[in-house]
Amino acid sequence: MERKLTHIALFAALIAVLGLVPPIMLGSGVPITAQSLGIMLCGTVLGSRKGALAVLLFLALVAVGLPILSGGRGGLGVFASPTVGFLVGFPVAAFVAGLVVERWSAPVGIAAGAGAALGGIVVLYAFGIPGMAAMLGKTLPEAALLITPYLVGDAIKVVLAALITRGIAQMRPGALLSRP
Amino acid sequence: MLTLTSPVETPLHRLPAGGKLAALCLFTGLLFTLSLPALAVAFLAIASLTAACGRQFAAQAARMVWPLWPFVAVLAVWHGWTGDVAGGAVIVLRLITAVMAANLVTMTTRLSDMIAVIETLARPLRHLALSPRILALSIALMIRFVPVLAERMGQISSAWRARSPRRPGWRILIPATLAALDDADHVAEALRARGGAG
Repeated sequence: MERKLTHIALFAALIAVLGLVPPIMLGSGVPITAQSLGIMLCGTVLGSRKGALAVLLFLALVAVGLPILSGGRGGLGVFASPTVGFLVGFPVAAFVAGLVVERWSAPVGIAAGAGAALGGIVVLYAFGIPGMAAMLGKTLPEAALLITPYLVGDAIKVVLAALITRGIAQMRPGALLSRP
Repeated sequence: MLTLTSPVETPLHRLPAGGKLAALCLFTGLLFTLSLPALAVAFLAIASLTAACGRQFAAQAARMVWPLWPFVAVLAVWHGWTGDVAGGAVIVLRLITAVMAANLVTMTTRLSDMIAVIETLARPLRHLALSPRILALSIALMIRFVPVLAERMGQISSAWRARSPRRPGWRILIPATLAALDDADHVAEALRARGGAG
């Protein structure tokens, strides 16, 4: 019980710390941040339920007014911005990523990569694009167009999530909670 | 860990948090139904309320709304190109007003009051094994460990730099994640030694 609590709290803190990492500028001036990598890792390392709860705790603290969203953002204002769909999709993305790693018996690296891709890109964008379309008054295809520059960064993050999860499984096999 | 609450004391700080949040929900919902002239009035109302709280307060409010600039730029170009300037103005005003109103609530509400609201809202979840004590404990733990993990990542980066001519990259996340898992185990033991979390 206590371990579940501390894992959730610590990984929520890890997502916050990854938001403090300065964004990397891709060629076209698109900044990619490390925070959604943290979301993917919550799912692939902690598993579906604990990962989703960690992300929910993180979002609760963003709402409460801590500047832990990437770029030092926070508070209720971020839930009124065009990226609100992505915020709502974060816990679902972590859940799906964890579910793939838990249920699919492929090698850890491959399962984690598939989970991160399915959760961190497909599911996340399924929430983010309608949210952006609603807030910016655009149609879904138009909002999807606005989002495409970020796909490259997110694809890189999927690969990194797979490599990091596999690294943890190799270094300390028992530590990966999604595959006890 | 510093919160986004403004240190400048304003009359708004004294209003109850739950009331402000309810008013914010209603206001934001209303914004989506307004036309351009009414939206301009709403924007001016929120902007004057923010400005009336003083220069330091307004400066922080401006900093918090600044991250919207890429969206405003995209909308300006988009609607300028298609010629739908009025439509673009509606979207931009609505966006900025909603974000500024929400930031106003965040800046005038203390962290402890916000957490109290969350605990009140989470009371129905008591039956799903989420007791208020567990919620309060997880919030406190997370806040406490953000600077701890940040410092640990700094140490891992320094260790990397002492051993490699290249800059630290994604690989430091492996020991960083393991550090989070280890810290979680240690804190769980400490919690159990002090009577448990339940």
